[in-house]
Amino acid sequence: MTAHPDDQGNPMSTITPARTPQHDLPTGHRPSARRVGGGLFDPAQLVRSLPDAFRKLDPRVQIRTPVMFVVWVGSVLTTVLSLMDPGDRFGWTVSAWLWLTVLFANLAEAVAEGRGKAQAGTLRRTRTGTVARRLRADGSEERVPGTALGIGDLVVCESGDVIPGDGDVVEGVASVDESAITGESAPVIRESGGDRSAVTGGTKVLSDRIVIRITTRPGETFIDRMIDLVEGAARQKTPNEIALNILLASLTVVFLLVCATLPPFADHAGSPLTLTVLVALLVCLIPTTIGALLSAIGIAGMDRLVQRNVLAVSGRAVEAAGDVSTLLLDKTGTITLGNRQAAGFVPVSGSTEAEVAQAAQLSSLADETPEGRSVVALAKERYGLPERHRDELAGAAWIAFTARTRMSGVDAGGRRVRKGAAASVLAWVEEQGGETAQDAKAIADRIAGAGGTPLLVAVRDERGARVLGAVHLKDVVKDGMRARFEELRRMGIRTVMITGDNPLTAQAVAREAGVDDYLAEATPEDKMALIKREQAGGRLVAMTGDGTNDAPALAQADVGVAMNTGTSAAKEAGNMVDLDSDPTKLIEIVEIGKQLLITRGALTTFSLANDVAKYFAIIPALFAAAHPGLDRLNIMNLSSPDSAILSAVIFNALIIVVLVPLALRGVRYRPVSADRMLRRNLAIYGLGGLVAPFAGIKIIDLLISLVPGL
Amino acid sequence: MGPVLAGVLQMLALTGALALVHKPLGTCLAKVYSSDEHWRVERWIYKGIGVDPGTRMRWPAYLRGVLAFSAAGVLFLYLLQRTQGVLPLSLGFRAVDPDQAFNTAVSFVTNTNWQSYYGEQTMGHLVQTAGLAVQNFTSAAVGMAVAVALVRGFARSRTGELGNFWVDLVRGTVRVLVPLATLGAVMLAACGVIQNFSGIHEVGQFTGGPQQWNGGAVASQEAIKLLGTNGGGYFNANSAHPFENPTPFTNLFQIFLILVIPFSLPRTFGVMVGSVRQGYAILATMAALWVAFVALMMWTEFSHRGPAFEIAGGALEGKEVRFGVGASSIFAVSTTMTSTGAVDSFHSSFTGLGGGIAMLGMMLGEIAPGGVGSGLYGMLVMAVTAVFIAGLMVGRTPEYLGKKIGTREIKLAACHLLVTPALVLVLTACAMALPTPVNSTTGGGAHGFSEILYAYTSGANNNGSAFAGLDADTGWFNTTIGLAMLLGRFLPMVFVLALAGSLAAQRPVPVTAGTLRTDKPLFSGLLVGAVLIIAGLTYFPALALGPLAEGLAA
Repeated sequence: MTAHPDDQGNPMSTITPARTPQHDLPTGHRPSARRVGGGLFDPAQLVRSLPDAFRKLDPRVQIRTPVMFVVWVGSVLTTVLSLMDPGDRFGWTVSAWLWLTVLFANLAEAVAEGRGKAQAGTLRRTRTGTVARRLRADGSEERVPGTALGIGDLVVCESGDVIPGDGDVVEGVASVDESAITGESAPVIRESGGDRSAVTGGTKVLSDRIVIRITTRPGETFIDRMIDLVEGAARQKTPNEIALNILLASLTVVFLLVCATLPPFADHAGSPLTLTVLVALLVCLIPTTIGALLSAIGIAGMDRLVQRNVLAVSGRAVEAAGDVSTLLLDKTGTITLGNRQAAGFVPVSGSTEAEVAQAAQLSSLADETPEGRSVVALAKERYGLPERHRDELAGAAWIAFTARTRMSGVDAGGRRVRKGAAASVLAWVEEQGGETAQDAKAIADRIAGAGGTPLLVAVRDERGARVLGAVHLKDVVKDGMRARFEELRRMGIRTVMITGDNPLTAQAVAREAGVDDYLAEATPEDKMALIKREQAGGRLVAMTGDGTNDAPALAQADVGVAMNTGTSAAKEAGNMVDLDSDPTKLIEIVEIGKQLLITRGALTTFSLANDVAKYFAIIPALFAAAHPGLDRLNIMNLSSPDSAILSAVIFNALIIVVLVPLALRGVRYRPVSADRMLRRNLAIYGLGGLVAPFAGIKIIDLLISLVPGL
Repeated sequence: MGPVLAGVLQMLALTGALALVHKPLGTCLAKVYSSDEHWRVERWIYKGIGVDPGTRMRWPAYLRGVLAFSAAGVLFLYLLQRTQGVLPLSLGFRAVDPDQAFNTAVSFVTNTNWQSYYGEQTMGHLVQTAGLAVQNFTSAAVGMAVAVALVRGFARSRTGELGNFWVDLVRGTVRVLVPLATLGAVMLAACGVIQNFSGIHEVGQFTGGPQQWNGGAVASQEAIKLLGTNGGGYFNANSAHPFENPTPFTNLFQIFLILVIPFSLPRTFGVMVGSVRQGYAILATMAALWVAFVALMMWTEFSHRGPAFEIAGGALEGKEVRFGVGASSIFAVSTTMTSTGAVDSFHSSFTGLGGGIAMLGMMLGEIAPGGVGSGLYGMLVMAVTAVFIAGLMVGRTPEYLGKKIGTREIKLAACHLLVTPALVLVLTACAMALPTPVNSTTGGGAHGFSEILYAYTSGANNNGSAFAGLDADTGWFNTTIGLAMLLGRFLPMVFVLALAGSLAAQRPVPVTAGTLRTDKPLFSGLLVGAVLIIAGLTYFPALALGPLAEGLAA
């Protein structure tokens, strides 16, 4: 990192991904391309998942979803009744469709799980059969299987070795291929000490030799956890899911009561009901649609994160992401491009802009930092100065930039040119016997006041040592960030920029990027205090981090996304890991969380609204014989009582299959206010749920009436 | 002026009067329950019953207060009836039978006022005035206290304290119900409702033969009967009796008394949670349902065809000529949707669909606007449920007034919603399945079924009105309806207070653009839909076999 004056006393490391997350840049330009949704759904998956769907018919599996368990019991009941009266074609048909209802629900879950299983298979292959070279206390090596390693063991890995377990590099530097977990083929650098010391078991060392201290027991490594997660084995019901299950269970109880109390009423009316019909009515009324799809929705939500290369430790974290109302974003790498760039040259009185540009260019040739390169680039682009190379000036002495001198420059002939931090350059001019121009200080202050970083350019030639002017360094806000923050605001999410910069710089960047607030000169303690303050106000906080000093804040935040390039302490503390190490992804994570909840709510509403039409199909069918007036409720004009009941049962089963893609893909989500979102979803899933089954049942009835013998 | 126009005009006058009064009354109620001062008479009462008004109660303590007070009320009322024969001012009536005494005691303590007895032939002045009238005040005050406790649950944060039950009870009685009932009684007496302690008079009838009439403190009991959404009439004919409700004006005034507190409480809620708009959203929901039901009722009652109906201008059988079809429809809807149960006409004689509307009005759970207090807490529980489903659809953990609706909250709300459907359906099914209860009905078929369904719906929802025709004074009905009233009143209160406690303990979530707005028309619409769908789905088969079968038969 370039240590420019204002960066002093800034222990808050800016995020320095091993790989610059270049691929996230275009997403900012094309907002339409990054809308959440669009998971893949391949109809062939339905067929592939059939065996699993059948396996799930086991009552021990079914009892986990109360709604579907009721359907399962109903199916058994009607089947037994049909066996007792084998000539009852209606009974057999109802039984068959009830079994299909259960099967379709299983299928939805199996398809959702199937997608994870494929990924898990790939991961598992990386894990099997690694051999570790463990260091004995005396420094000699022994070969042991990876599964025999314990916490604290030291292992050696050289080029070509697969790292046997999660750990920290304690010695050496190596390039590592992490494509097994990130899917990214470009190797990353891992080195001892600092924030890039964590290595993951299953990844491969490409060059050099490192010594690793193992930090995780075999079977609990990152890859193991990943396998569990994508397979859904570690899936626990999330708080909202539990609450929704309670509501669905109590609705089921209500409908059980409705159906259980109906026979005496019906007997009194003189039209006794058969058990088969009662079961059919019950299954149509209880919220089977959402009951069948609920777990698929949850699995698919996690899967959508996995597809974006984010691993959530728990579904709870994904759900919390939807509730987040404050986002803490690190300035560098998230809001701005990695480094400051030269934005202009400001001459002091008596020199010209071109002079400053030329001197700045010349003195920056020896500055290999991104800032230095940006000075050269600006001089070329804006002032049309020809590109120059160091070897053009024979005999020149190049003074490279160092963190100590904080200056770079060149001595060629009698001319000495320097560029660097204001204080250093002013000291140099004085040392060279020149006068410190007040003008120069004023310019530097003005640039700093505008939130930029001033670099001074000075020269010593025949006219003596003097300051020529200043270079204005500026943070460059990534394209499209302002629009994104605008969207977040519409969703009710406040963004806070975290930076180690001084308040002036922070304010300027914050204003340019359009964030709601900023935390300048942030220390880890400040960050922690900010999170606690937000949480005390009832707000949920999300943040990203990668350094060990981020770990406490990551643990405190409701959603803490650790970068995969980060330390294992950070990864352990957060509840999600972003394999791409792209801090901007936090915004997408929030959207996925929201989408998960919306999908559940929308399908619940749809499921409940469906019941109205089913009543209008079934009640007249059951009782119009006893009370002819009730036939006026048969507004769909269904062909016969049997056909009406069957149509409702068939619709109830088929709607599950129809909605599987929606459950897996998630309801379309757009960042708009809650009001607009509610109006839209109520119209589609509420009103749609009222109307759709009328049409669906009518069509099915028409088809059934064509079947002879029913 | 045609009867339809008269009905519409009365409806407009009523709505206008309520619109004028609900604001000052609602604000005043909020002050009553928020004030730190105790009146001197209140201090005497606290000293008398030995409670410290400064104690702050968490929900279990508050609930214990509610249950203990109500249990004492039931016991006292039971004993009073059982010993009537030896007590003064009995008008010579003997002690009430055990099953009927139980039923009546429960009925008045639960604010139901289901009456399986003939008032003028069973209860003397002492029981009527010292027993039943007192419960008319206190049972209403208990309802308001529980509602206020729930409102405090929303308004307060990070505390488990819901206030002091005894203070809320006493204030509700002393500061609200007694003054308002006094005003109401004076007004009614001025308009011709009787108020005396005279004995039994024998008078001749037009059709020949003698008839017994007794006097009584009717106006005073009438005012609180309506104001506290109690509904227990002094006379068996209730508000159809000319001593209770002599003129069309008293009739309209009675409807006003029924509705005035339930329609003012949303304002109280809004003021106490610090956002009157939230109160308006609840009020709008209640008002929309009430107006829609009145409109439907008038439509079915006026449009009923047949020569006799044509001449009368609608379905006038079982309605008082001095009120007419319109006013009777407004009264019937208002009394069934407020858990009052007073009647100025016989719901059994309404058209099939009209009877169904009255029943559905109760089946909504007595929440639009519902009983005094119980309407508000019932509607708030429904709002919690609606917020839960709709809140998910905006992509956040659902929250209402900044309080998250999590597992515990939805569990309590779901239990609350389960109680009355379970009582109504199970008890009706038992009655239908057993051989004898059906004998109590007048006429079998769909109408007979409606009578029984109506009785349990009325009991479990603490309404108290009857689909006249059912002989409910049997051991079976006295006992089961008594149980329905008891469980239908106090089980929901348990869940409401537990919910209040869990909400009060929460830290509120700040409102952002991502928050579901619960103070907008969209939310009111959603709530109306949720109320109708939940009740509709639960009771559709039963309604189809009763009122719908009857109403659609023509």
